[in-house]
Amino acid sequence: MQEESNKAQKLKEQPKEQGKGQVFNTQGLVVSVSPHIRSEETVSKIMWTVSVSLSPAFVMGVYFFGPRAILVTALCILGSLLSEVLIQRLAGKEIAIKDGSAFLTGLLLGLNMPVTVPFYIPLLSAFIGVAITKQLFGGLGYNIFNPALMGRAFALITWPRAMTTWAVPTLSFAGLDGKTMATPLGLLKEEGLARLLEVFGDKAHLYKQLLVGYRGGSLGETSIVALLIGAAFLFYFRYISWHIPISFLTTVAVGAWAFGGKAGVFSGEPIIHLLSGGLVLGAFYMATDYVTCPAVKKGQILFGVGCGVLTLLIRLKAGYPEGVMFAILIMNCLTPLIDRSFRAKVFGAKGKKT
Amino acid sequence: MGAIEATAGRPNSLQIVISGIFRENAIFRMAISLCPAIAVTTGLKTGFLMGIAVVFVNTMVNVTVSLMRKVIHPRIRMPIYMLIISGWVTVADLTLAAFSRDAYKQMGLYIQLIVAFASILTRAENFASKNKVIPSFFDGIGIGTGFFFALMVISFFRELLGKGALWGVDIIHAKPLLIALLPTGGFFATGLLMGFFNWIDIRFYGGKGAGGAGGH
Repeated sequence: MQEESNKAQKLKEQPKEQGKGQVFNTQGLVVSVSPHIRSEETVSKIMWTVSVSLSPAFVMGVYFFGPRAILVTALCILGSLLSEVLIQRLAGKEIAIKDGSAFLTGLLLGLNMPVTVPFYIPLLSAFIGVAITKQLFGGLGYNIFNPALMGRAFALITWPRAMTTWAVPTLSFAGLDGKTMATPLGLLKEEGLARLLEVFGDKAHLYKQLLVGYRGGSLGETSIVALLIGAAFLFYFRYISWHIPISFLTTVAVGAWAFGGKAGVFSGEPIIHLLSGGLVLGAFYMATDYVTCPAVKKGQILFGVGCGVLTLLIRLKAGYPEGVMFAILIMNCLTPLIDRSFRAKVFGAKGKKT
Repeated sequence: MGAIEATAGRPNSLQIVISGIFRENAIFRMAISLCPAIAVTTGLKTGFLMGIAVVFVNTMVNVTVSLMRKVIHPRIRMPIYMLIISGWVTVADLTLAAFSRDAYKQMGLYIQLIVAFASILTRAENFASKNKVIPSFFDGIGIGTGFFFALMVISFFRELLGKGALWGVDIIHAKPLLIALLPTGGFFATGLLMGFFNWIDIRFYGGKGAGGAGGH
């Protein structure tokens, strides 16, 4: 009798143990939740690699705008690391500044600042970007908006004058001489193409200056060559795919060519639009942020096209000369919608019901 | 938020008022009537006038609904409540127009919008239609004062940060955060203050923080 009841108990327990074994035992079939494919890539490796790939742009920024560029970027990074630690400590979470995400946000924010900003602006906008846009929404992976762009949008709206004072690049490393100039896009919008060519010489010279980065602008956005070197690095290691950047850039180029000119359709200046403003920095580094862009490739193309259309709308029609930042932020909020409409069809599912 | 129901027996008037200000605060605890909380809180003065108007309308609506609660047929209660609310809002509107012409120019539109406030309609529906006149009166005062208090706190920070001024008087001779005056800044201020009051509730009173239904 006793034995029998023991047996019964064992029988009852057995399925439980089997169930446990199936999850953890590696001999048989492993049942676990997705993701199933694991790779050596970790969040921190990606973040640090992207940060390294930004170094040419940073070096060019320092080369053009002097030592103050280092200080502004350092303050952005410091601000975002401090905000990350502060919020994670307040929320009782594990402090994860080593994963590099806050560092990358700070670095990107720094590269998006004009070099002449007062020093409280980098710190406060880093706080808005990391603490409010990222951590208060649940931390890395849960943010709706790109933290660095949100920090910059905050700064631009709050301190419009400080954020649109563009220093003339100096090559002497002795510091800035206090001269300011309008950005090429600002000139193009306010005073037209003729004035822009007057400032920069002829067209070939203008293109050369834009490629190298000798122009007014945020400290990391000016040198297109340096940014492209970093982007090539990321492509080589497959950290970003072509879908978003190429669709973004193509849309802006075609749109600017078609609608940018005063002389009618197809009289615009696509190359000026491509090379100026924060377009290259935005297309390769901001719009491709894993968290805030769609996961499906088709969706990514739509995302890129949307960014391009909005950028052009703002550049050509709205009050700001540059629209990359707001375009990406607006498309960020559409990301869940895009992801949902391009959801992969479940194998065996019928019809369009999801 | 069942604060009233949870109290054993009938709560006294003071408890009702205090609960309306803190535990059932329309903005920080129930997260309703957020539109006006953002629209009129760019300065202490406008926030103050709006708050006074809401206290008045909320109290009078509660009393009227409570008086008429046995006459109103349940099927048409909403239109009747709306009529009552619009009546009292008209009173507030005309009074302000008669006594303070300048303030009316600035605030008139928002005063008329009190008609659509969720916080007033909810109290009519959830409290006044079920309770006697005296508790309803104090509930109106409590909820109205809670709303008033919230508007004052939000507009204090927004005016100070956005204009560098308080009650229209320039005190720091600078505009530290222009964004505080924009609607975006209103959302930021309201959200952060809501978080702050939740933190107080959780930290010192062992509450769970506000969930909030959301509404206009």
